[in-house]
Amino acid sequence: MNDNFTGNARHSRLAQFHIDMPLLLGLLALIGFGLMVLYSASGQSIVMMERQMIRLGLALAVMVAFAQIKPQTLKRWSFPLFLVGVALLVAVMLVGSVGKGAQRWLDLGFMMFQPSEIMKLAVPMAVAWFIASHSLPPRILHLLGGVILCAIPTLLIAQQPDLGTSILIATAGIFVLFLSGMSWRIIALIAGLISAFLPILWLFLMRDYQRQRVLTFLNPESDPLGSGYHIIQSKIAIGSGGFDGKGWLHGTQSQLEFLPERHTDFIFAVLSEEFGMLGVLILLALYLFIIVRCMIISSRAQDNYSKLVAGSFTLTFFVYVFVNIGMVSGLLPVVGVPLPLVSFGGTSMVTLMAAFGVIMSVGTHKRMLAAP
Amino acid sequence: MFKKRVAIQDFAAESRLFNHRAVFAVLFVVLLFGIIVFNQYQLQIVSYQDYQTRSEGNRIKVVPLAPNRGLIYDRSGILLAENRPVFSLELIPEQINDMAATLAELATLIEFTAEQQDAFLKQVRAQRRFNSISLKEQLNDQEVAVLAANQHRFPGVTVEARLSRHYPFGDLFTHALGYIGKINSRELQQLELDGELANYAASRDIGKIGLERFYQRELHGTMGYQEVEVNNRGRSIRVLRSVPAVSGKNIQLGLDVGLQLTAQQILKQHRGAIVAIDPRDGAVLAFYSNPSYDPNLFVHGISSANYNELLNSRDRPLINRVTQGVYPPASTIKPHLALLGLETRTISTSTKIWDPGYYTLPNSDHRFRDHIRWGHGWVDIYTAITKSCDTFFYDMGIKLGIDRISEYMHKMGFGEKTGIDIMEESSANMPSRGWKRARHNQPWYPGDTVPLSIGQSYWTTTPLQLAVATTPLLNRGKLVTPHMVTAFNNGETTAANLIPPRQVLEVENEQNFAVVMDTMYQTVSTLGGTAYRAFLGTEYRSAGKTGTAQLAAIAQDAKYDADAIDERLRDNAMYVGYAPHDNPTILVVVALENAGGGGSNAAPLARQLMDYYFAAGVNRDE
Repeated sequence: MNDNFTGNARHSRLAQFHIDMPLLLGLLALIGFGLMVLYSASGQSIVMMERQMIRLGLALAVMVAFAQIKPQTLKRWSFPLFLVGVALLVAVMLVGSVGKGAQRWLDLGFMMFQPSEIMKLAVPMAVAWFIASHSLPPRILHLLGGVILCAIPTLLIAQQPDLGTSILIATAGIFVLFLSGMSWRIIALIAGLISAFLPILWLFLMRDYQRQRVLTFLNPESDPLGSGYHIIQSKIAIGSGGFDGKGWLHGTQSQLEFLPERHTDFIFAVLSEEFGMLGVLILLALYLFIIVRCMIISSRAQDNYSKLVAGSFTLTFFVYVFVNIGMVSGLLPVVGVPLPLVSFGGTSMVTLMAAFGVIMSVGTHKRMLAAP
Repeated sequence: MFKKRVAIQDFAAESRLFNHRAVFAVLFVVLLFGIIVFNQYQLQIVSYQDYQTRSEGNRIKVVPLAPNRGLIYDRSGILLAENRPVFSLELIPEQINDMAATLAELATLIEFTAEQQDAFLKQVRAQRRFNSISLKEQLNDQEVAVLAANQHRFPGVTVEARLSRHYPFGDLFTHALGYIGKINSRELQQLELDGELANYAASRDIGKIGLERFYQRELHGTMGYQEVEVNNRGRSIRVLRSVPAVSGKNIQLGLDVGLQLTAQQILKQHRGAIVAIDPRDGAVLAFYSNPSYDPNLFVHGISSANYNELLNSRDRPLINRVTQGVYPPASTIKPHLALLGLETRTISTSTKIWDPGYYTLPNSDHRFRDHIRWGHGWVDIYTAITKSCDTFFYDMGIKLGIDRISEYMHKMGFGEKTGIDIMEESSANMPSRGWKRARHNQPWYPGDTVPLSIGQSYWTTTPLQLAVATTPLLNRGKLVTPHMVTAFNNGETTAANLIPPRQVLEVENEQNFAVVMDTMYQTVSTLGGTAYRAFLGTEYRSAGKTGTAQLAAIAQDAKYDADAIDERLRDNAMYVGYAPHDNPTILVVVALENAGGGGSNAAPLARQLMDYYFAAGVNRDE
């Protein structure tokens, strides 16, 4: 009785802060595991660990802050936020600063800002707002509206050029359409169109370095010391981990720096090498737990906007995980996507935690109606 | 109605629709995670061995460790060949970003030639990864200091210290020790054929001639290696495993520095050779060929100017005169022939012949002259040897015939390699009927036997061969195999079980050995003996035989006049001698090119060597 009471009390106290306990625990477990891997991957750099922890702290604070915002409020602000995002993208196109051959950043004087990060949240929110304002499943006309909402920022980001991010943002919007119950026939049609679009993408839209990445992905051994080096070394690291790994801090591929980008994009290879297949299964289990928990929250949500936004965020999170692991283990071509909550760095982590904040908000803000 | 139903079912149907899609999405997620797991299984479980091997290949570099070459000592433990540290400038190409710039900058600090740079760049292209390649060897102290001070400016550039051969006595032991040099492609092939190549992974040098070549395998030792963990830039992080190299065996020689110095000193004025062996076991005590040269020139690669000078010198310093100097033995072989004469009863101790100063074959009026124009008168075997009467031996030679001479002299070691432990050896020539037929396509004439009987014409020998062929006279028929090495690693292996025993000369009457030794003793000890003056007043009793080899043909009635003929056609002086007479421990052969008579030129040198030998007590405790 007493236990039950205190349990309830704790639950209610957390509920007061709009925190979803299982999701929080899942995220913290993942972050803990990630920090452990990063310590090894960074060559036991205390400086890097501090920076990562500060960033994680900030991201967790952002998550808690977003969790306090009611879904209704978010819904109201979805379209205005989208418009601001589009305006910023246009601004980047006109006055943005150039870094690494792409015009992605906006110099705010005190910090560099990447408007595409806003769009990672704003696009699915705007599409969900638009779709949820009509009954589900959406009609063709509404779908078209959703597609247009996706297309504008996608094209703006693609021309920066930042093909990876633009595809991820388009995907987030399309997930909303998928979850809203768009008919399988249309899905099949779109899949067909995309297949038809691929040659055009290859011939006209992709840059040489992007084509090279795809070719290297198809046959990394063709250029073992050039562009194939990353993926070969990464696969050696993973394969040599075996079932139980070489042990924490004892991965030779990573500690001796044969593995490129070991603390950022290729950190999964470090984990695979040092913790083996066992470690990979634990990591995947943590990700799966988080994804399933988020999907449960989505399906329990009481309005369509909340369901669609939370579901889309969840699936986008999964896409990050899959694309990163797929690229590091040689299933997908190399694209610059970090492993969520494990890789060192990035504004993307803050965006990601903001999304989890939104999901928590969806899970904890319930109308009185749902009480019985 | 349609609209109404929609309105009623709105929330529940929408919720179900979303849930269907959510479940589908989760199943899709699980499917893709399944693909990841399957792929991980393929990489980490199925192909584990393959990737494990490649990972080890990445991180582990095997560094061969060169063994230290065995040292060479003289009989009393004085170092004759040692290993000294030398410094060389080495570069690791992988650690250098801009090779051209680095070389240009290095050129401002130290001098290196265009050839050195070309040779270096050629090697860079051929080398395995992370190997250091030397740009310049034998840096002097100043260059080492300059490079050390500027080390920080040149990542991937190092000054390496390695051991290099050095011969502290310079030209004193050259023809005995030989020298080492860089392994060339032919030697590399040979090592591969012998299955030795793997043991040479860290070795740069190999014995080229002399003992260094003959005992290459023993001196080289066994390579060791280190397994080193390296990072992606080839820098070694730590040593994982180390198998130390096993140094080559040290070898001890029978040679004595003091005797050798004496030999060099007394040969200074001559082209020629001195060899001294212990007649009991064949240990070589002195081995010197003059002129000699500095073997240290060859260790780091001799310059072509220096090499051409040696190669084209009229005095031919590269020839090892002890084993490759092919000389007519002249009268020094008279004791050997005397033994054959006694054995075959062609002569006896009481045989006497009349020497008018010349010898003629039956039915011929060609006069084979004695070196004394007016003749020795009545001559027996003692006089024939002590005064070196030619006529006595002309007569005996004809009676013996070429076949018996040739066969017996071969048995004594003439015309045969001695089997000494260096490879540069000539077998010289002990002729026979068959040899002349094969060589000159002519039959053997009695006129060929006559000069052969005094060690001239086709008969040649090397100084060492003459010494070895003399040992059966002193050892009751036992021939020795001469050898420089007496022990490996301070007596671990003694020469006795290394040297194959040679044949024993069988005789009918052992007394004949005493007679021959006695004639040689009288040559030294009796007034009028050809070596009497040379050995006058020694504290030891020695015996020997002189020889004077005529190089220029002298017309029938002409007189030999040393001053009238070319210096290079003057007589060779020969001497073979031993001491003490009753129990010989040293046997010396002296051969001097174009020096004149053996008794007056070669014998005094043999005496000086023996004087030192006895004064210094070289072989005393044996």
